Amino acid sequence: MANSIHDEISQAVTDNSVVLFMKGSRHQPQCGFSSRVAAVLTYLEIEYKDINVLADPEMREGIKVFSDWPTIPQLYVKGEFVGGCDIVSEMVLSGELDQLFSENGIRFNSEAANRIRDHNS
Amino acid sequence: MPIAQNELEDLLRSAFPNGSISVRDLAGDGNHYAAEVVDESFRGKNRVQQQRAVYAALKGKMDGPSGELHALALTTRIPE
Repeated sequence: MANSIHDEISQAVTDNSVVLFMKGSRHQPQCGFSSRVAAVLTYLEIEYKDINVLADPEMREGIKVFSDWPTIPQLYVKGEFVGGCDIVSEMVLSGELDQLFSENGIRFNSEAANRIRDHNS
Repeated sequence: MPIAQNELEDLLRSAFPNGSISVRDLAGDGNHYAAEVVDESFRGKNRVQQQRAVYAALKGKMDGPSGELHALALTTRIPE
């Protein structure tokens, strides 16, 4: 993998507390899984950077090597890979995502998080 | 190219011979499945590590540039 993509990715996850590598953008998601994670982050009023991997084939493959994870979307918090759609969804429902954000000093709307859990209980 | 349900099940069974595996075809196109893997080897591993083990079993069939298995809704659990 060209060094530049690896550097580009590590720069993005270092410079931004929350980064979502996704297919499409938060306003025009192009995949159901990417769309769901972006919607959750937006609903929780998280400040995050969305990166459209479809815009750059090298990025689409490079991110999978970077995280040793074969699918998109991929969520990063404070430079750490958190998971894809399944894991983020489970973490929202279990409250682990709230905890992860709080531990990392990331502001989010906890009532919105509770509403998601109420709707899904 | 899509993957047949039994091929997906075989891949998972060979990687988790003692695990309990269930695969559901979500769209009938060989590209959208839901799978649940319950295996003792997940004990002590976090979700990312558990799912990485499952993806490793799929040996690169996931979301490749030529669009193999596009979507796998994955659940991993430790046996109760």
